[in-house]
Amino acid sequence: MFPELNSILNSTPDSFKSSDFILVSDRRADASFLIHHYLSFYLRAGCKVCFLGLVQSFSHYSAVGQRLGVSLAQAREKGQLVFLEGLKESFGVLLQDTSQETQPLSYLRSPGAGLEGLFRFVESCVRQSGDGNAGESWGPPVLLIDDLSVLLSLGVSVGAILDFTLYCQATVCSELQGNMVILVRCEEEDADDDEEGSNLLQRGLVHQCNLALHVEGLPTGYCRDIHGQMEVWWRQRGETIYNQRKIFHFKVHDKGASFFARGTSSAVL
Amino acid sequence: MAAPVRGMIGSTSIGNTTSFQKKTRSKLVSIPGTRPSVQNGQLLVSSGVSSLDYVIGGGLAVGTLLLVEEDHYDSYSRMLLKYFLAEGVVCGHELFLASARDHPDDIMQELPSPIVDDVAGMKISEGQSQPSDPENPDTMKIAWRYQNQPKVQTALASSVRFGHYYDVSKTMEPELRQAAKCHSFYQLQETPVVTASSPLPSPYHSLLKSIQTVIRKEGFDGSTPQSKVRNVLRLGLHSLGSVLWGDDVCCKDNPAHCHALTTFLYILRGLLRTSLSVAMVTVPSHLTQNRAVMGRIIRLSDTAIALESFKGSEKETNPLYKDYHGLLHVRQLPRLNCLSCEVPDTKDLAFKLKRKQFTIERLHLPPDLSETLVDVQMGFTVTCRILEMSQGRAPL
Repeated sequence: MFPELNSILNSTPDSFKSSDFILVSDRRADASFLIHHYLSFYLRAGCKVCFLGLVQSFSHYSAVGQRLGVSLAQAREKGQLVFLEGLKESFGVLLQDTSQETQPLSYLRSPGAGLEGLFRFVESCVRQSGDGNAGESWGPPVLLIDDLSVLLSLGVSVGAILDFTLYCQATVCSELQGNMVILVRCEEEDADDDEEGSNLLQRGLVHQCNLALHVEGLPTGYCRDIHGQMEVWWRQRGETIYNQRKIFHFKVHDKGASFFARGTSSAVL
Repeated sequence: MAAPVRGMIGSTSIGNTTSFQKKTRSKLVSIPGTRPSVQNGQLLVSSGVSSLDYVIGGGLAVGTLLLVEEDHYDSYSRMLLKYFLAEGVVCGHELFLASARDHPDDIMQELPSPIVDDVAGMKISEGQSQPSDPENPDTMKIAWRYQNQPKVQTALASSVRFGHYYDVSKTMEPELRQAAKCHSFYQLQETPVVTASSPLPSPYHSLLKSIQTVIRKEGFDGSTPQSKVRNVLRLGLHSLGSVLWGDDVCCKDNPAHCHALTTFLYILRGLLRTSLSVAMVTVPSHLTQNRAVMGRIIRLSDTAIALESFKGSEKETNPLYKDYHGLLHVRQLPRLNCLSCEVPDTKDLAFKLKRKQFTIERLHLPPDLSETLVDVQMGFTVTCRILEMSQGRAPL
């Protein structure tokens, strides 16, 4: 959890907006540090978190989470965190002779068939909050996805992915008043004429979301002390339509990230 | 003076071994040829080229994938692959080599030979503990009290040392090469398996199965009990994505199997993460027409570098580049178990293949020795005269 980011976005683990769809995207940079922020944020807030970790192993998130002050292994044991590890089971799924549609990773075997299996998994996970044996009641459910654009590399179509996010938003945000955070990684803007491209996916998701965080490298080139710029776009929420955009520079350290206004980096001042 | 100072073969070159032995109570079995990373504690292996290790943050982390974008004639990327495999032989790791164009045995026969000092350390360890003979000409004259001390153990030197140097003009001795266990996969000799229900074309599918069989059989994923000493598996996959692998991503604008290579890399990374192995994959990226696919391939690997050689391009005669053979671009560095990644000092790197070393250096601009120097001198003289005249002295 990054305190500076909390103050920029006006949210703390004790009081944050519900029914929020937050889109984290990047272009030729790495925005995965924001996913670690949100993971520790929602675990601290006591929400039930469903995490689809499609590109890294559990121990990676667990090691970073420890530096940020949350224990993922403990949360998983208590039932607060449900973690789907995409990498570990991928080869087994590929080799199976029978492909069941309801399996979460069934898109690996038949990418053209869509993501229904994955959605069923998410649905069963977020609806389970009331019936734990220990009677622990967690807060509103949260769905975190790292990273959705890898499904494009595996052959799933953009339309199927957008359908999946619509279903998830309807279930998690509208019905259950929970939050959703999705990471999408894009290519260069001018690598277009690509109907199946990640730019199309990102534009579709930005249209659906409430808050868009876009991470890019500095437009002036590579700098050792400033790792990039992040654009925060507050979009429509309910009836209020506010369309405010702000750009911040950031630097990622070992235990967090610091955000500052443009031109006020400590390396410069 | 605790260590005997005499002309022992190999002792002066392996200068960091002393008779001081650290008391280690850790239960971690240390695998030869690896070391923990300073930054985040990851287990690292050397890529065979020590300047490349420095550029990518100390070495290759076990469980990760290194992607090398080939240069136009595949000369330097093939050299890097050979360094990687040779390092595996010298450290005693197991090897897995897959290629579609040249037979893996041919590639293995071309491995460069390690430079003699290191190998001598290994050979000495066979016949160790020889007492010093009286007629040994290396009897000590000054520190004679230490004459009878046991020799400093160099038996572990070659396995403890991280990163070796190789002589490109000689090939590795067959005995040394055959001491290493090597599994090979030659695509042209594999019988195609009809896998109608898999999204991967047959060569990639069989390659993945073959890799997984080796990992499981030799116990790299921890499935067999700990009776054997733990070891690292090095996978070298040559020229994936080329037409010989049954993939048309390099020859068509809209390939029929546009997701084959990306799916393969995703599943390969899954296999690597759950076993003690390291993979180096070379891809002929200059042949792909679609830049978006290269972007995805880079994001699916952990560390990615690209080689651009000057041979045959107009940069060969450019005086700026006359000391080097090509440019090295670091496309991506991994963030493993930590938030921040290794941030390089500079992104302008050039490489040069010398006989005994593959060096990677920062590219400097030469000093600008043009007419501006003369102008500076003129300006200086004029200013001096003005100063003198203002002080009322006669100009010199």
